Amino acid sequence: MSKRKTERLLSLVVCLLATDRYLTATQIRTAVPGYPDSFDAFKRMFERDKEELRELGIPLETGAAGEEEPGYRIPRQIYMLPDIRLAPDEAAVLAVAARVWRQAELAGAAAGALLKLRAAGVDAEEAVRPGIEPRLLAGEASFSALWEAVRDRRPVTFCYRAAGRSDPQRRQLEPWGVVNRRGRWYVAGHDTGRDATRVFRLSRIEGPVEFTGPPGSVTVPAGQDVRELVADWDSAPPPPQQTAVLRVRPGAGFGLRRRALGQRPGPDGWDEVEVPFGETGWFAGHLASFGPDVIVAEPADLRDAVITRLKGALA
Amino acid sequence: MTSASSPRASTGRTSGDRLQRLLALVPYVISRQVVGLPETAAAFGVTERELIDDLNLLWCVELRAPDPYCPIDLSYEGGEIEISQAEPMDRPLRLGVDEASALLVALRMLADVGSLAESEEPGGGSALSRTIAKLEAAAGEAAAPSAQVAVQLDQIAASSVLGQLQDALARDRRVHLKYYVPGRDEATERDVDPMRLLVVEGRTYLEGWCRRADDVRLFRADRVLGIEVLPDAAEIPQHAQPVDLDRGLYRPAPDDLRVVLELAAAGRWVAEYYPCEEVTELGDGRLRVVLRAADRRWVRRLLLGLGEDGRLTEPAALASEVSEAAGAALAQYAQPRDVFVPPSRPRA
Repeated sequence: MSKRKTERLLSLVVCLLATDRYLTATQIRTAVPGYPDSFDAFKRMFERDKEELRELGIPLETGAAGEEEPGYRIPRQIYMLPDIRLAPDEAAVLAVAARVWRQAELAGAAAGALLKLRAAGVDAEEAVRPGIEPRLLAGEASFSALWEAVRDRRPVTFCYRAAGRSDPQRRQLEPWGVVNRRGRWYVAGHDTGRDATRVFRLSRIEGPVEFTGPPGSVTVPAGQDVRELVADWDSAPPPPQQTAVLRVRPGAGFGLRRRALGQRPGPDGWDEVEVPFGETGWFAGHLASFGPDVIVAEPADLRDAVITRLKGALA
Repeated sequence: MTSASSPRASTGRTSGDRLQRLLALVPYVISRQVVGLPETAAAFGVTERELIDDLNLLWCVELRAPDPYCPIDLSYEGGEIEISQAEPMDRPLRLGVDEASALLVALRMLADVGSLAESEEPGGGSALSRTIAKLEAAAGEAAAPSAQVAVQLDQIAASSVLGQLQDALARDRRVHLKYYVPGRDEATERDVDPMRLLVVEGRTYLEGWCRRADDVRLFRADRVLGIEVLPDAAEIPQHAQPVDLDRGLYRPAPDDLRVVLELAAAGRWVAEYYPCEEVTELGDGRLRVVLRAADRRWVRRLLLGLGEDGRLTEPAALASEVSEAAGAALAQYAQPRDVFVPPSRPRA
């Protein structure tokens, strides 16, 4: 933005904040320096300026300025941040929170908020609460579009590759919320194609997220907690229902012994270790990763699954 | 994935950002009555020269109607800024939805970081809950959409390990850790001088000076098998370099292995789980990924676990280690189970 444009926009804001009544375009042109002489050129520039102020979140109000000519003003009560005073321990917490997004998508928004709060008199210094540093890192390409969709209540469409599927499918979603759970981003909402509630992992979205409806056209069901939806979907490995009997080389298999129900030395010098497990497929991969240090004795289907994995790794 | 190196300037110097800064600068000074140039420049992330340009621009604002007048009067003589007149812009602009959401989502996330939420004061609630309430009140309507975004951390935050780590940090004490290294399937013992706790991407880490490695190391809290806070004072060398979080959590060392994998659709989770330098679609849901590994034992374990869902194409020597280990494991299954005699440990 050029210095002249900044000066003009600043004068425009001050002018519209100072007035109680609506000012017509002509009155604004007279009061604010920097507009061109030609009325048409002025109108075009004024339209762009209004748009720019609205994008910055400045509440520009339109009303009748008499004789049916439209007028403009910025109502001070809506413009200004209400009073906020933070105790030192509260300001310390705020400073930690403001750093959370530093490398992530809402970094600019967090910095902008902190600037305004400092301008309101809050002293949120950087070097506080030593020892704790919570951060989100730069995440998913689709986050910004999905956050906008959730914020503005707009339906979206995107290509999604479900876990283990070879081809992505186009999905239609009325998004209700975006959740980061254990370091991964998810979007939850109503899948209009499937006519059901669905959760999607952002890292599996391929290509752009596109809006398919105007702002305000999505209704989030009352009382819907998106965190619960994602928690249910991501209820990690199923609870252990079976017990594997393993032969483990002495001194090896530490990660398995951590979770063992029991272990005793076997007749062959190896240890016999009993470990609970839920899902055979996942656990077989885990056991195969120990290579020749772990042998499955029981159950047979787990033993076969590990042998299949190892044969796959042999190729 | 967006590039981790994309610039995310905390205070922008482009287009609307300068106007935002000017609108914040006036109430910043007014709420402090008199404030120094250097401290103000630091708060706004600009140089003193840029700040003086801003002040001059504010001072030059002039309205020509109905009567010409200059709404802002200020001085910065002797390096002290004072604004004697700036009606009607003496208050900052309200928070936008994105701004309110960024802070509120982060604050609610901190509720999962034990100590911050627990510092209860009689009658007042925790500093965290008070801050959230005040910010919600100040943001008004702009606070509502933030309820649609949430960050949840892992459960480790509540464990006794975290409590002891925070205790050691608060009292500057050395800790003795029993720590599980999954890549090597080993429990290790070491003394660590704690530097800080990081809560990154949902996981809690201790950053500390490891006296065994003589270097800064990160330890995942959920892999700490045992912890003892020692009576010794922590001694962190002057040259200890904290992890620069602005560059991400993992920095490959120059001598790390470059590993190239081809993954079947069922092995795509590898690309979601580990930081990859390159990810290429090969069609039919298959992927080619390039990643860095410090420890070849970790790569070998990853490939053994993947089975036919993954194939190591580089380095070739490591690929033959994988198939040797798989062969040794299969040989054991080939033995009759009743007279099981384990073979000697393969030296792969």
